[in-house]
Amino acid sequence: MSDHSADVMISARDLRKSFVDRSGTTVEAVKGIDIDVRRGEAFGFLGPNGAGKSSTMRMIAAVSPVTGGELRILGLDPAEHGPAIRSRLGVCPQEDTLDNELNVFDNLYIYGRYFGIPKREVRERADELLEFVQLTEKRAAKVESLSGGMKRRLTIARSLINRPEILLLDEPTTGLDPQARHVLWDRLFRLKQQGVTLVITTHYMDEAEQLCDRLVVMDRGVVAAEGSPLDLIREHSTREVSELRFPVGDHDATAEKIADLGQRVEVLPDRILVYSDDGEHVLEQVHERGLRPIASLVRRSTLEDVFLRLTGRTLVD
Amino acid sequence: MVSTGLTGEEGGSTGEGGGSTGEVTRDDRRLTVRQGMARQLDYHWTVYKRTWKSSVVTSFLSPLLYVLAMGVLLGGFVHVSPSRLEGATSYLSFIVPGLIAAQAMQTAVFETTYPVLAALKWHKSFYAQIATPLEARDLADGMLMFTLFRIGSTCGVYFLVMAPFGVFETWWGPVLAWLTTMLVGMAFAVWTFAFSAHIHDPQSFGLIFRLGLIPLFLFSGSFFPVSNLGGVLQWVAKATPLWHGVNLTRMLCLDHVDGSTALVNTVVLVVVLVPGWWLAVRTLTRRLAT
Repeated sequence: MSDHSADVMISARDLRKSFVDRSGTTVEAVKGIDIDVRRGEAFGFLGPNGAGKSSTMRMIAAVSPVTGGELRILGLDPAEHGPAIRSRLGVCPQEDTLDNELNVFDNLYIYGRYFGIPKREVRERADELLEFVQLTEKRAAKVESLSGGMKRRLTIARSLINRPEILLLDEPTTGLDPQARHVLWDRLFRLKQQGVTLVITTHYMDEAEQLCDRLVVMDRGVVAAEGSPLDLIREHSTREVSELRFPVGDHDATAEKIADLGQRVEVLPDRILVYSDDGEHVLEQVHERGLRPIASLVRRSTLEDVFLRLTGRTLVD
Repeated sequence: MVSTGLTGEEGGSTGEGGGSTGEVTRDDRRLTVRQGMARQLDYHWTVYKRTWKSSVVTSFLSPLLYVLAMGVLLGGFVHVSPSRLEGATSYLSFIVPGLIAAQAMQTAVFETTYPVLAALKWHKSFYAQIATPLEARDLADGMLMFTLFRIGSTCGVYFLVMAPFGVFETWWGPVLAWLTTMLVGMAFAVWTFAFSAHIHDPQSFGLIFRLGLIPLFLFSGSFFPVSNLGGVLQWVAKATPLWHGVNLTRMLCLDHVDGSTALVNTVVLVVVLVPGWWLAVRTLTRRLAT
């Protein structure tokens, strides 16, 4: 194996997943994606609901059979080496699958035993991990009594019991309050520093910008864009965005008058967005043309702008 | 990395303390069936330690109430010759083996209905477990072995409690009968497991309880000899796995063993058990693989 291939933790070529849902219709969840995740990086899957992120994650977790294409995790084929792959992965699922009736420590202990880790060893690891996710005082508490953030931290601790090389996190901070999210991000950042490869799905743009070195935007089962957060912004948006608010009903007419000011102008029900490299300059020109927005804001482009550009503003259920 | 965990349960490597990337226990290939089950022992044991108290009433007390009500109090009115009670000298000694065999079935069905659906639908423990080196096969085996333990302990206590009442003719009969009840229970457990791993709505269990469990319990020879049903119904009753279980258990307890009948009873139960186990594993594998 060359050095390069040794460092590829996950590789997918034309990866596909389809299944028959309970009503009998065939759903094509993943329609041929190519990805490479390298050792030690934090790799993100971004996309609206139904984009195929979770299906992809389940295939990478070696629990969901691949329908088509090629998938290698740690160089191994999940169809052949599922248990071997899973012994080296940590999985933090979207829905908590903790045992609610067991206490915090037992949840870790029992999970460690599934990996065949000796009893004494798994006890030591469980206590270390409780320390790591700041749950030592909750050691004997029932899981039921934990807050959402604590449960998520416990799930992460559980996913680390086998000291995984790759940690899969499916929507790790969905439903958490800002404090809990920041604690979690901090822990994930530390893991990354320790060399754990992180694979994260999220629909929070700030999370993706905070955590991911590289990401793909998925939409309707395909990869719509790929790159670092900065690259994606550079490629699919402008440096800055001017948000202008005019009286309701004026937006379409106003947009025509300022269409030439930016590289792109987007009219929303409540405001007009002008994409340009110098937002303040756009604002000055708007005023020079005698237009008086009720409110205005100049900001940097974010991943959210890229995301909405690529996947549209229509609601996906 | 150290490759271990293939030959023994204690075969993991011991990593240094600290972070999350030290040495790791690695499984290079599928676990053996024994390994798969052994790794779940701690789980089932921990859960059992927590739940055994609440199962005492259904497992140990209600069966004895049946013995008291049906065997002793109702049985006091039953005075017929042993020839009409398949060789039993009293109604109590007739009904006890039947009740224990039926209890094996009930325990089996109880352990493989809600617990299986809960692991798939409510607390989702199967989904947590399947993310480890364990496979669907191991999860099915683990739960079925736990069910076997529950059948064995429930029926074992039943036999022990009944022993002083003179309902058993020999000491070895009830021992073999105890093994028989485990076979009976498992023959039901595997099929119920397969059913539970297939359905999505707990209302479907109504089918098993109303159309399966209750008619079988009442008409498979636990309370009266199936010859009383007469004609076709008698043969219908004799086609049920519970009757084979009840009959074998009773023959052993009463020391009235007919060799060829016993063989048929055993073969029928095994023939029900084996494909059922295969189907249970296959159904769970499919359910978890989507």
